[in-house]
Amino acid sequence: MAVPEVKGPQVDGDGAKADPAEKVTATAPSPRTGVRELAVRYGFIAITVVLFVYFAVAEESFRQPSTLFSMLKFASVVAVVGLGVTLTMVVGGLDLSVGSVAGMSVTISAMAMVFYAQVGGVAIAVVLLAGALVGAVNALLIVVLRIPDLLATLASMFVIMGLKLVPVDGQSVSSGMVLRDGSVAPGKFTPDFLAIDRAFIGPVPLPVVIVGLLAVGTWFFLTRTRWGRLMYAVGANPEAARLAGVRVGRYRALAYVLSGVFASIGGLILSSRIGQGDISAGNSLLLDAVAVALVGTSVLGLGRPNAWGTILGAVLIGILITGLTITGFPYYGQDIVKGIVLLLALLFSFTLSRRRSRYAPAAVI
Amino acid sequence: MAMIELHDVRHAFSGNPVLRGVSLSWDAGEVMGLMGANGAGKSTLIKVLAGVHPLQHGRISVDGASPDAADGPLAARRLGIETVHQRIDEGVVPGLSVAENLLFERIAQGELPAVGSLRGLLPAARGVAAGLGLDWGDAVLRRDVHELGIADQQLVLLARALSRRPKLLVLDEPTSALSAAETERLFGVVEDMRRGGVAVLYVSHHINEVDRLADRIAVLRDGSIRSEQTQPFDWSVAVRDMLGERGVRELAEKNDQRGEDTVLELRGVQLFAGSAPFDLDLRRGEVTGVVGLLGAGKSELALGVFGAQPFQAGTMRLDGAPYAPKSPAKAVAEEVYLVPEDRAAQAMLPGWSIARTASLPFLRALSPSGVLQRRKERADGRAVIDRFGVVASSEAQGVDSLSGGNQQKVVVGRWLRGRPRVMLLDEPFRGIDIGARHDLSARVRELAAGGSAVVVLASDVDEVLEVADRVIVLVEGVPRLDSYAVDVTRDRIVARTAALNGEDVA
Repeated sequence: MAVPEVKGPQVDGDGAKADPAEKVTATAPSPRTGVRELAVRYGFIAITVVLFVYFAVAEESFRQPSTLFSMLKFASVVAVVGLGVTLTMVVGGLDLSVGSVAGMSVTISAMAMVFYAQVGGVAIAVVLLAGALVGAVNALLIVVLRIPDLLATLASMFVIMGLKLVPVDGQSVSSGMVLRDGSVAPGKFTPDFLAIDRAFIGPVPLPVVIVGLLAVGTWFFLTRTRWGRLMYAVGANPEAARLAGVRVGRYRALAYVLSGVFASIGGLILSSRIGQGDISAGNSLLLDAVAVALVGTSVLGLGRPNAWGTILGAVLIGILITGLTITGFPYYGQDIVKGIVLLLALLFSFTLSRRRSRYAPAAVI
Repeated sequence: MAMIELHDVRHAFSGNPVLRGVSLSWDAGEVMGLMGANGAGKSTLIKVLAGVHPLQHGRISVDGASPDAADGPLAARRLGIETVHQRIDEGVVPGLSVAENLLFERIAQGELPAVGSLRGLLPAARGVAAGLGLDWGDAVLRRDVHELGIADQQLVLLARALSRRPKLLVLDEPTSALSAAETERLFGVVEDMRRGGVAVLYVSHHINEVDRLADRIAVLRDGSIRSEQTQPFDWSVAVRDMLGERGVRELAEKNDQRGEDTVLELRGVQLFAGSAPFDLDLRRGEVTGVVGLLGAGKSELALGVFGAQPFQAGTMRLDGAPYAPKSPAKAVAEEVYLVPEDRAAQAMLPGWSIARTASLPFLRALSPSGVLQRRKERADGRAVIDRFGVVASSEAQGVDSLSGGNQQKVVVGRWLRGRPRVMLLDEPFRGIDIGARHDLSARVRELAAGGSAVVVLASDVDEVLEVADRVIVLVEGVPRLDSYAVDVTRDRIVARTAALNGEDVA
């Protein structure tokens, strides 16, 4: 297949959206874009739309607005955690501890409310703090002690998964449970905490609003602020960034702390949804979040991790799984679907895209 | 017909010619010294000989036989070409014992059993080591090769190559890891090879080594052989051919702008573990050119001043105040800037636009509140393009798609947004065309005229003389000459650069 070469690729801004002001000075803009380029850039969005239309036509219930929102709500936890993973991928790393941090957050929030009879606000504060703390420890391991990202966060993942079981004797925490000394737990999941997952703002579920705000915030941070730009610089070429005067270590550390906080926010939504301190919660989150962030690097054809890509990836997987479930696809087939979506995304990034993604191969394997 | 014949060997990397037709021949029992500056094509030539790069054009024959191109390194080896590459970590296999490393090729090719006790390998390994005069006991042979010092690892590779009884032995910078005593042993081995009728290709930038060992020398520059000599060698000619000559300048053409006050003082600075400490003052308003061959310590000097890599020892003062940057960020804050040597690895961000690449060092100025002023960033990107005459469609064009010269203009130009007190440029003219070089030189001169202390480090004397008011020659980590450009002849600079053990050769 002959594809016309595009001379002088315009890569400024956010790639997809060209600023009109940039066009004025471009003396030789060659907008002839090949089929392949179109496929790389919009293929994923097209697939999402086609699937959505297919499900909407095929299933009456899929057309309800409430179904759309429940789909987004379903995707919200993975989306938030995926945003954190995206940040670590931006600096050229990968945080493997996110799933365990989310799981830890479920247990901690349950302990705060059930064991210590604290209000929801305290539980939230403690959880966020714990998430930031794990992120800081990861940053210490990676930046100061120079353990490679993947290995450091793999180790912390195991430690956290085990550590959270200690104060609860390996038991799930639920309201009214019998404690070690034979007494009944003094507290319960408070209504305000349970509202995190159950409340609506207008017709929109609160978790969807939270994810929306975080996505806008992350997008703005990454593309419109100095700190985001420098994080991308660190990921693109750490040595070049260092020699341009960037404090590389700081930005890597920042990414891991933010990743820990995002994972704990995901854990809070999850905890509120389950309504108890399920010790197995969050177990499957890591793979989903990494998959979503990887899908996100290719979704808009940018070839780099980005906030909207990750959100789109989460939504796409949400639509697929909800749609397939409604049309009677067995629940145990979900992982096959996720795997195929990821594979498609990787095909777009590596096989079809002329711009080689720098992020996935080194960071993931 | 000579034993070793290279005829019109050419090689290009993605259309970029590196070897432009190399023809060389020498006989059994002769040592050919191959010399050339950084980037001359020596390593490529060696890799073509060793079969690492397939032969694209031309002919190679050893004793009348030519390697089968499709077979790569194995074919070269079958012909009797053994190569000891400069990079030791590409040769030894960590995790295996010294004995297994000594016998590695025989194990890999199934001549020795792949599975078997280490004890069974020891006698054969001892034999290989003895071939180099190494009396290594079983305890040494059983150790992991990585536990050996770097010099001993080099000896392992050398012994392994000798055990194959080569017809042509290629040694690429073989002494870079060796001590004086080990170097002597190596020289002894090369003498033995010569006597044994082996043809040797000895590649080195150490003139004294080549002077001592070689029967003939060839100078490679820009991918072709510039000159050949037989003993006795005229080194001033060889070095001139090596470093290049674009017409000797008239004295009047030299730059002579003299700075008054010292900006940066280096005291007792030591560049290498074994080198002598020295003092150096850099003055405002002049361009200081630092000339030195590969390994002379140019980059060590530049990176040290920039805080990117600490000196072995020494202190610095900047405008009288103590200056000890722990990171490039600190140096940048003190208005000390560096354009690093390796553009691709140290300055370029793949996929980034001109505007973004240009804004990176001074992003804070473009985002006082943290939020980037993107309109201003684009305007600044355009300013770099205009000021340096970068050939690009717009500031949004990706840096990857620019030519080398235009890339260099961007990574130099981006620093001029600041007001450098000290501006270091390490090999700023490498891989760029003449036009771009003149443009860059002019900007560099302006910078000094504006009151900066500018340092240009390069291995090419002419490149340095084009911009420098003052010339420093660095040899093995120590300045051997420090003079205003008008007070010194080009030949003297060249002679100093090539000085043998600190002695003038001219």
